[in-house]
Amino acid sequence: MSGRSALAAACLVALVGAAPAAAQPRSGVARPDNGDSLSLRDLGEQLYAGNCSSCHGIDGRGVRSPRPGAGDVPSLGPSLRGVGELAADFYLRTGYMPLGNPYDQPTRRDPLQFSDREIRALVDYVGSFGGGPAIPSPHPERGNVAEGQHLFTEHCGGCHQVAAKGGFVTGARVPPLDDASATQVAQSVRIGPYVMPRFSTKQISDSQLDSIIAYVQRTRHPPDRGGWGIGNVGPIPEGMVTWFLAAVVLVITCVLIGERVRS
Amino acid sequence: MRRLLAALLLWLAGGRRKRREAEEERERIVAPAPKAPAAELVVVGLLFCAAAAAVAFIVFYAIDGLRGHTQWFGLAFGGSLGFLGAALIVWSKKLVPVEEIEENYPEPEHPEEQEALHRIVRESGSPVTRKGLLTAAATAAGGALGLAALTPAVSLGPVFDTSSLYGTPWRRGRRLVDQDGKPLRVDDIAEATFYTAYPEGASQDTVGAPLVVVRIPAGEMALPADRVDWAVEGIVAYSKICTHAACAVSLYRKPLFPPTAPRPALVCPCHYSTFDPARAGKVLFGPAGRALPQLPLRADRRGFLRAAGNFSGPVGPSWSGVRTKGARS
Repeated sequence: MSGRSALAAACLVALVGAAPAAAQPRSGVARPDNGDSLSLRDLGEQLYAGNCSSCHGIDGRGVRSPRPGAGDVPSLGPSLRGVGELAADFYLRTGYMPLGNPYDQPTRRDPLQFSDREIRALVDYVGSFGGGPAIPSPHPERGNVAEGQHLFTEHCGGCHQVAAKGGFVTGARVPPLDDASATQVAQSVRIGPYVMPRFSTKQISDSQLDSIIAYVQRTRHPPDRGGWGIGNVGPIPEGMVTWFLAAVVLVITCVLIGERVRS
Repeated sequence: MRRLLAALLLWLAGGRRKRREAEEERERIVAPAPKAPAAELVVVGLLFCAAAAAVAFIVFYAIDGLRGHTQWFGLAFGGSLGFLGAALIVWSKKLVPVEEIEENYPEPEHPEEQEALHRIVRESGSPVTRKGLLTAAATAAGGALGLAALTPAVSLGPVFDTSSLYGTPWRRGRRLVDQDGKPLRVDDIAEATFYTAYPEGASQDTVGAPLVVVRIPAGEMALPADRVDWAVEGIVAYSKICTHAACAVSLYRKPLFPPTAPRPALVCPCHYSTFDPARAGKVLFGPAGRALPQLPLRADRRGFLRAAGNFSGPVGPSWSGVRTKGARS
């Protein structure tokens, strides 16, 4: 155990030291040199110790009160006991984790910092803490887009906009759903990442969720009856276009009613 | 009353006319322009149209329950401005003599020059034959438009009977149901999510009907002492209508890990008014002027959620005297 803690501490120093370079792909992540030859479980354990344990605790019980980390970045994070593979898969495949600063809102990252095998190893390791739902497999092709629009408007549109382009809630950004896979939409509905509410199967059944995903996928290619969607984000760009047209009309009116003085 | 005003204006204009005619005996500065009585009539007609459209705005505003009232307001007020603009265009094109001035005006402090300037202004109006009528029409257009612009302010004041605004369909014992009319039970309400509820057996379409229901974790509840028994097992209910501009409060910010995220809040998507559901709907941020009205809850023996009274205050945007009376059933 003490050996693992030492490893974790060493990796934490490496991770936090490299945090400003997080924008570069796959830097700032501590990974074993012999990762390819390790079993999935061992790889997951080592990656967890190196990249996750400073905030989630080496035993996965979380860090409830800020603990001094390296530099200005404190260590702080929720328990992963009982969250299961669903949440781990969502946070790792969206790039929300690893997070450089626990006080930042996690945002989608592309390319991901972990390879597919590394993510599978970490998901398996977090799943081994016990509890929590498995990774869902939604079937948007079975969904009904019209029902999905109705449900999306009722449950999701307040924050994500009816066009699923995202927006703001006071204190946080609401991500657009353009890049969210069907599985990620299904996962986020059930767990409610960051400040999003979560929805149980009592509120949104799995078949209703299929419809919602079908609608989200439809919003990526919306029918633009006017020929130009202007971003499909509602009144602000539409109003700006109106202002632009109105300004042209006003200038034309001025030219028509005015007279040029010849001298 | 307006006819009396117009007659008065005509009489005043007529009195001045004699003096001006005497002045015109002297040599003119502005060359006499052809009279255009037809154009004058057009201007007068347009100005009265502007006045009529502005009056129409006031009439539309006064009609209760007018369908598509926003469009009618826009049509009437925009039409009034449009007629006024058209009148001014015709006026400037047909009734104002246009002369190109070659040399600069001298410094204005010479009294004779000033007098000449006054005469230029006066004589420019000489081709107009119906001055009184034009003045009356312009006064009517300007006055009516100004009155129309001020009309909405009446809604702020105590002029109207606002008693209907205090009414809500909630009363003691009424069950909470979901959109499909299914009664909500205490066990149905989970943490970290939000529900929309309506009164059983009443219209869902009135402003006082919709509720947003959330369950607050035990340690986070901070209701004032007089409202501690308004929650059932941490379940609280608020009006879903924002107290700022009556949008539906459809955003629930619920942090997954509170130490690093903003605290739980109900947020209105229109202007981001933010309310604290654990503190009696207190405004945390945004333009809303009042807390979200809270509905006291109780659970019956079978576990159904019921209202234990009416809201803590009137629902929806504010009006004059909104803080003086509570909600009524």
